Amino acid sequence: MRRRLSENMADFLFEIGVEEIPARMIAGAQAELQKRVVGMLERERLVGSGVVSRSYSTPRRLAVVVEGVAARQEDVSEELLGPAVKIAYKDGVATPAAVAFAKKAGVAVEQLSTVTTPKGEYLAAVVVKAGRGAAEVIAAELPKELAGIYWAKTMYWRAGKPERFVRPVRWMVALLGGDVVPVEFAGYVAGNVTYGHRVLFGAQEIVVDRPEAYATALEQAFVIADVEVRRHRIRKALDHVTRTVDGLRWREDHALVDKLTHLTEWASDRSVVLGEFEAAYLELPEEVLVTVMRDHQSYFAVEDKSGKLAPYFLAVLNMQADEAGLAVIRHGNARVLRARFNDARFFWEFDQRTPLKERVELLKNVTFQKELGSYAAKSERVGKVASGLAGLLLEREIALNPTALGEAVVLAKTDLTSELVKEFTELQGIVGGLYARAQGYSQATADAIYDQYLPESMEDAVQRTVEGAVLALADKADTIAGMFGLGLEPTGSKDPFALRRAANGIVKILAETTVALPLSLREVATVACGQNEALAAKVRGFLAERLEFYLREAQGQAYDVVKAVLAAGAEDVRDAVARAFAVTVVRGGGDFAAVSAAFKRMKNILAQAAEKGLVAAEFVNASLMTDAAEKALWERSSELASEVAVLRSETNYHAALEVIATLRPQVDAFFDAVMVMDPDAAVRSNRLALLREVLGDFSGIADFSEIVTAG
Amino acid sequence: MQAIAEKKKALTFQELLFRLQRFWADRGCVLQQPYDVEVGAGTMSPDTFLRVLGPKPVRIAYAQPSRRPADGRYGENPNRLFRHTQMQVILKPPPVRIQEMYLESLEAIGIDLNEHDIKFEEDNWEWPVGGAWGVGWQVMLDGLEITQFTYFQQCGGMDLDPICGEITYGLERIAGFLQDVDSIYDIVWAVEPDTGKQVTYGEIRLAEEEQYSAYGFDYADVSKLWEHLNLYEAECLALLEKAKGFEAMDALALKRFPVLGAYELALKCSHMFNLLDARGAISVTERVGVMARIRTLVVGVAKIYAAQGVAVGG
Repeated sequence: MRRRLSENMADFLFEIGVEEIPARMIAGAQAELQKRVVGMLERERLVGSGVVSRSYSTPRRLAVVVEGVAARQEDVSEELLGPAVKIAYKDGVATPAAVAFAKKAGVAVEQLSTVTTPKGEYLAAVVVKAGRGAAEVIAAELPKELAGIYWAKTMYWRAGKPERFVRPVRWMVALLGGDVVPVEFAGYVAGNVTYGHRVLFGAQEIVVDRPEAYATALEQAFVIADVEVRRHRIRKALDHVTRTVDGLRWREDHALVDKLTHLTEWASDRSVVLGEFEAAYLELPEEVLVTVMRDHQSYFAVEDKSGKLAPYFLAVLNMQADEAGLAVIRHGNARVLRARFNDARFFWEFDQRTPLKERVELLKNVTFQKELGSYAAKSERVGKVASGLAGLLLEREIALNPTALGEAVVLAKTDLTSELVKEFTELQGIVGGLYARAQGYSQATADAIYDQYLPESMEDAVQRTVEGAVLALADKADTIAGMFGLGLEPTGSKDPFALRRAANGIVKILAETTVALPLSLREVATVACGQNEALAAKVRGFLAERLEFYLREAQGQAYDVVKAVLAAGAEDVRDAVARAFAVTVVRGGGDFAAVSAAFKRMKNILAQAAEKGLVAAEFVNASLMTDAAEKALWERSSELASEVAVLRSETNYHAALEVIATLRPQVDAFFDAVMVMDPDAAVRSNRLALLREVLGDFSGIADFSEIVTAG
Repeated sequence: MQAIAEKKKALTFQELLFRLQRFWADRGCVLQQPYDVEVGAGTMSPDTFLRVLGPKPVRIAYAQPSRRPADGRYGENPNRLFRHTQMQVILKPPPVRIQEMYLESLEAIGIDLNEHDIKFEEDNWEWPVGGAWGVGWQVMLDGLEITQFTYFQQCGGMDLDPICGEITYGLERIAGFLQDVDSIYDIVWAVEPDTGKQVTYGEIRLAEEEQYSAYGFDYADVSKLWEHLNLYEAECLALLEKAKGFEAMDALALKRFPVLGAYELALKCSHMFNLLDARGAISVTERVGVMARIRTLVVGVAKIYAAQGVAVGG
């Protein structure tokens, strides 16, 4: 159905008013409501595909406007199939079967026709289904869509528990053009009345005349329903207010802007306050101050020209006020921040009374996991794993400071007993690092402790130092080995111990540290699992799975490239990344594609031969070659194999792959001229051996038979 | 300047409580006195924890001193208390205008919403030991969390129907905000009408904070606390065992069965656990186990309370 501008069409508005929806859930629900409403209208043939729609949200509402909704569904005629003609008529007279069919179809017996099907002649009736009015359809269908919206957490609120929703529903607006559509949900019938900002506008009703007027009507009631407009206004207000003090800049924080966009209904230049705190608090570590501001107060941190934290904060309000009013709000927010900073300072000073080394003993009282024991036990295990990994690195001449690593391992978890971490759990590790520094440990020790939980996500940085990386690898590998040992592997979407994140972290560390760490996944798994070989194999498999994920998700490699590369080796993470990039670069070339396709053919031939029990010769024997193309392939591939081997050893994979691609003429000629499955057993097994050798020589970078080639 | 002007007319701590009580009494709440057994939060008072169970509508409000031994700071920290005061409002079923009513209550204590920034931020409440949880918000006023607003969904491991709205005001925080003081101990508790002399929160409560912190952290006798816990637990379990005979009881015996007494014993255990915890006397292996023991008591009591309600009511 193409869009027609006619009087039989109107825009449709739906708004659902809800008590404050959790900020983290709004964006998803807004998109889902839009998708569901548009999908329902398409399904009901009230709009065509590609229809124009807009969606809106604030903490107290979700809304969608769909343009050009038909006033009615079009009538559809449908052919119903009835009984076989043989049964329907006896001697030219309609039998009860025919009569019943006509009745069911709602037509007279005389209006029945016959159709020929592969099974014979059958009665048929053409039924015209009258299209229903849009309002009727929407009123019937929309409630089901509302009930189907996904929420991370829902609640009941009405007696008898008739429905679940994220928070209690308080009103609905449903307008088709100027007419109300009486959608019923959660005990309400939709009307044309909405509500504005609680405080700035108050409780008066706002009548929405037409869908087109929705956003404007709300704007006059101090609600900016368009999320992007609100986000933009908040950013502008932050800029505007920060500029009132020379040289200040607010610290960009997309996640915080997003959160505040979903915590507010209104924003203007008078909706942000720039507050101050005493410069004396800057003696506390910046990490602590920023965490208090961002995570606990939703304030933006402010920096001076040199990028240093300045004694200011920015609070975004769901309000606006004149200068005097803003002064009151600024004062209140500053007071809260002061109390928070005081707490942090109190904890910081209190924690210094018990140095980290005295806290080692206290770790016996902090559970890591019921069966794996305390953090003291964990630290001991991590120490063993770390020294195992460090030993391997030292053998391979990677510079690291074993003393600093040893200290870091022992002290790593001690900050869990500190008041500051109990209060600001997100600062675990960081606080330990800061305390270690303040208590006179070396930079290397402090940094390793500080960085131990990195990377928490695919976007996160990895450790700055080798000692830090080894500590983190050991910690994460020990957690995985311990949990796997208890049979607590992640299953499906359930990963309560975040083991996938831990394994992703291991892969990312091995791939991305400034100093390359030549450790294979097998080595990491083996060192972490001690003598338990079966467990080590499981853990290695899990890490290899995460390597695949890393190549695809973090490095953006295509599925087939990842498969090809990992089939050629999934032990050395960095090497796998380098090989994947090289394959991606060359895979577009025609020669490479042809060689890949040929390799796939070789692999198939070998597989079929093996199935039939036909064995390849142990060595390729040139004297058994009967065809020039066969000889040419053997000679050329032998030459290229040594060239490729040299390039591979230099990890110059790109060049190696280009060399392999030059084999194309010989490969093509071989398959044009030679039949591998020769009747002569000696010739045949020699040819199979040739294919095996060629595949073996050139599959060290990637198994090209996995590459998907066009055509 | 405006803040200073406000401070002069700001409510005293006790006037704050009067106003909130008046406000909710005017909206149909029965005013209850604070519960006289140690609780960690107003929710644990039987007026909330038990009354939310069952179908009977409830509107009740009370101030509840709440003890959290581990939060004690010997009176040295201006923002933390071993014992603070919650104003608890229970509305079952929650009225449609519950949020508006709450905002009106803020106006009633002198908070002009036109002059402040108020946000409802997601904050879900959970008390695993009580098998209780709800969804709701922390209400932020100029960046200060002044209220927990919860729609109770489950209690004692049982789904609630109807559910219940729970509003918990942090009285010290609100008073500190209204009076614009940086230390809880500087809050004006009352003003002598004749002389205008101020009585501060510190004068009334500092000694308690000092001494109970010292008791909880330094003096409490660990082995005796364990003994207390074991004794309370044994008695509570004995009552739970007797409650298995509900079916055989006549109406009077059933009505008089001391479910409420059993609940007090469970609360005592919870308080003993908190003391032991503050004392650092609960080891890793013990911790989870003791919590499970207390959960057995609390959830067990909730179950027999509901059963008794059904049996007596029906």
